[in-house]
Amino acid sequence: MSFLFRRTRALEAQIDQFLDTVSEGCLVFEQGVDDYLRGDREEFEERHKAIRILEAKADGLRREIETRLYVESLIPDHRGDVLGLLESLDNVIDQAKQTLAQFEVERPDVPESLAAEYTTLARVCVQSSQHLVDSCRAFFREITAVRDHLHKVYFFEKEADRLADALKRRVFSMDLDLARKIHLRYFCLHIEKVSDRAEEVADRLAIYTIKRTI
Amino acid sequence: MSWLFLTSGLFLGWSLGANDAANFFGTAVATRMLRFRTAALVGSLFVVLGAWSGAQGTAKTLGHLGAIDAPAGAFTVALAAAAALALTLSKSGLPVSSTQAIVGAIVGWNLFNGRPTDLKTLTELLSSWILCPILSGGLAAGLFLAIRRFVYRLRLHLLEADTWLRFAFIVAGAFGAYGLGQNNIANVMGVFVRVSPFPAVTRIGPWTATSVELLFLLGGVAIAAGITTYSRRIMVRLGTGLTSLSPLAGLVVVLATALVLFLFGSVELQRLLRAAHLPGWPLVPVSATQAAVGAILGISLVRRSGIRLKPLGKIALGWVVSPLVALLISLVGLYVAQNVFELPVSNSRRPAAAAAGEVPSAPLGGESR
Repeated sequence: MSFLFRRTRALEAQIDQFLDTVSEGCLVFEQGVDDYLRGDREEFEERHKAIRILEAKADGLRREIETRLYVESLIPDHRGDVLGLLESLDNVIDQAKQTLAQFEVERPDVPESLAAEYTTLARVCVQSSQHLVDSCRAFFREITAVRDHLHKVYFFEKEADRLADALKRRVFSMDLDLARKIHLRYFCLHIEKVSDRAEEVADRLAIYTIKRTI
Repeated sequence: MSWLFLTSGLFLGWSLGANDAANFFGTAVATRMLRFRTAALVGSLFVVLGAWSGAQGTAKTLGHLGAIDAPAGAFTVALAAAAALALTLSKSGLPVSSTQAIVGAIVGWNLFNGRPTDLKTLTELLSSWILCPILSGGLAAGLFLAIRRFVYRLRLHLLEADTWLRFAFIVAGAFGAYGLGQNNIANVMGVFVRVSPFPAVTRIGPWTATSVELLFLLGGVAIAAGITTYSRRIMVRLGTGLTSLSPLAGLVVVLATALVLFLFGSVELQRLLRAAHLPGWPLVPVSATQAAVGAILGISLVRRSGIRLKPLGKIALGWVVSPLVALLISLVGLYVAQNVFELPVSNSRRPAAAAAGEVPSAPLGGESR
């Protein structure tokens, strides 16, 4: 029966590769933020370069998958959902890349006492994105397990909101210039956006999952 | 001349193929899971095979209902059924079937010629119309739950599941087309059995074929022609209307409908049941469309997505409207054939006496010429 699946095996591999790329991009983002806050400029440059490559790779894979789904008329009933899922997942890695680019361009002056909190915020945001990737894998392979991962995405997104809120309060309670406070607040927001994007994808995925299970 | 009389049956077959194939391939073709060309090829092949094998099944039941013994009578009855189908389908949009139309038309012939209508056969037919959507709904509900559980356990990738589904749609569609040919061929050619223009036995190379087999083969080809030439639009329309169903549910509808047609049409299954001392089914032609509607309702029930009573009401209305319209057209048609075209619509004179359990009736059309 393997001749029946020849067409789809390659595409399955591409989808897995796309998910790996998004996951890897988010992990690189976390390390990049950590490197920046530790002041390791060289390592940070490497991470920034790596995430740009990964984001470009994810874009290429997404376009290729979309084209093949249409050209080969595959999964006609779920094609729109899968395309929407891949596009919104692409936004997560895109957000991570943009945030690192902003660190590169604007070089925020983060007080040493806040560095650990920024690192924790980035780690929690990346955790939400990792669980999102797991839930997407489940959507393709084991639909009943999607919810097991989705609730973790929501948990870490809320945790990121809480940490970001606490961090902003600390920033504005410190004796710093208003401009610096606002700058630090922006970076808090930029990092937090990664988990916000993950939550947006999770919301879509929850609906797609219901559609697939009825 | 007798060949010419077959044309109304062939037209009925063509119309059956054009309309009913959509029940088996509509979802797959409309969602582009299957190309129409593939669906038409598989459907045509299996409908002809089913028609060929259906020579001993449902046609006998219709033969008991009315033994039409004049070519012009058979022609008019088949034409009345086809006209009733076209009229009720286009005017009311009811899920009417050729089965109900042909039964109405045959009863019309009985009434016209003062022939008794076998009440036992008529009761069997009427109860099977009610049983058909109920059985189909029950089968669909059970199959849906079982297949869904099985698919979840398999943990197939979405793309692999899609490939399997395409394959399953072809197999289920082929089975459905076979069932359609086997079960519904009686509607198309049943009335011509006693007036077949074919010799009793025909030798084709090393094989021999009876007159009924050849007649049904021809009817099968007419159904296949309907599938090939005119079913595409109906498949797309029906398939698009069913898109609220998931592809899996669509497949289950096809399977349940095919199973019901097979149950009511297979002589072999009947023999197996009897050999195992199990109660057999009456071999009667049933409506594929009504079985499909029953299956959709059965799935809605287990999915708890709410049951719309409108389709049920439409089926019930179809049970009444379709045979009545066919009966009326049959009466008018037979009158015209006998009195305007001066064609004999029946060979025998008035029956000597009505048998027990039969409804004796005076001929509405007077004495046959």
